[in-house]
Amino acid sequence: MNAELPLKDRVLEILSQVADPEIPCVSVVDLGIVRDVRDGKVFITPTYTGCPATAVIEAAIGKALKDAGFALKVATMLSPPWTTDWISDSGREKLRAYGIAPPDRGTAKHSLRDVPVECPRCGSRHTEEISRFGSTPCKSLHRCLDCREPFDRFKCH
Amino acid sequence: MLPDATLADYALRLGDDSLVLGQRLSEWCGHAPMLEIDLALSNIALDLIGQASHFLKFAGRAEGRGRDADSFAFRRDALDFRNCLLVEQPNGDFAQTMARQFLFSNWQELLFAQLQHSANDTLADIARKAVKEVAYHAHFANEWMVRLGDGTEESRARTIAGLEWMWRFTGELFERDPALKPLVDAGVAVDVPSLRPDWEDRISRTLAEARLELPKPRRWVMGGRVGHHSEHLGHLLSEMQFLQRAYPGAMW
Ligand SMILES: [Zn+2]
Repeated sequence: MNAELPLKDRVLEILSQVADPEIPCVSVVDLGIVRDVRDGKVFITPTYTGCPATAVIEAAIGKALKDAGFALKVATMLSPPWTTDWISDSGREKLRAYGIAPPDRGTAKHSLRDVPVECPRCGSRHTEEISRFGSTPCKSLHRCLDCREPFDRFKCH
Repeated sequence: MLPDATLADYALRLGDDSLVLGQRLSEWCGHAPMLEIDLALSNIALDLIGQASHFLKFAGRAEGRGRDADSFAFRRDALDFRNCLLVEQPNGDFAQTMARQFLFSNWQELLFAQLQHSANDTLADIARKAVKEVAYHAHFANEWMVRLGDGTEESRARTIAGLEWMWRFTGELFERDPALKPLVDAGVAVDVPSLRPDWEDRISRTLAEARLELPKPRRWVMGGRVGHHSEHLGHLLSEMQFLQRAYPGAMW
């Protein structure tokens, strides 16, 4: 780690190693959960208010910071509310490779509108929604009508 | 912050609506008609309980007596709950559950859409986050009203019965409470009667699509906001609060 870097960059470097507990292919930084570093605190924001992973994420971030020798507290901020537009480009690619259709960028405001979702396996847009609520709050359930595989989609939010 | 009993009361109303409905919906977990519905109802319950934890935590700060979200949820008697009567109504069958969700989520979405402009920053922040989630709840319930209402004879009859049962509790959602006047005047609380035209418009449009009629006007049943609850709430709390009643202060 480069000690010359500003504190925020060093913290983000450490936290980019902290995996999301439910979708371990992406880090908490990829998901846009880490919002700011200032006044001796790392500010994080929950994805969904009722996401059961929130407490686990907070603990994992606290531990990673402590292990790396940072005396920083973890604080929660609710506003502005988290949106899938904050998921990084590399995060989107990691989701796709993992088999989860990433959210389209800039569509979070129209999350309830039905847009054809691209199958993460074969790339077809010939897909259908099975359920708007999936195995975690952030995902919906779909089926590809070409390769016939069911898949999860990270909902635009 | 300085203790403010009226603000604490308002936060309790907001939080208790979400908490009690979240607990009700969780009763479906493992029992829903299809796996996808089981997932949906559990997710909606989680959203609501998440919102409740934020509102109740804030109520504790406004009250200034050191209570946190858990003490409000698990160590309060039915008389001290401030939720509307609609959310404590039993699930009944799936159609009755959807009728309740339809009437409530459409109201809650309109409520939070206004509350996100509250003069109180914390309430505004919670509402801004929650309104995005509640839009999904309303969408889900609207779709099911159409599917059930315009479905089979059986699903249609059950949906009409569910709406008839739940309708009497909707008057309370739009009842102006003089106790909250200072908060409404200060732009902190939402003036609920103002939500009625938009709500009726939404409800009527979906019911028309479902080929259902608006239930007939009847005498409203009210009292939840001042702690006059139906017996159903006591049974719900006896399950939700069992652990903290049996083992006070238990932690893990
Ligand atoms: Zn495919």
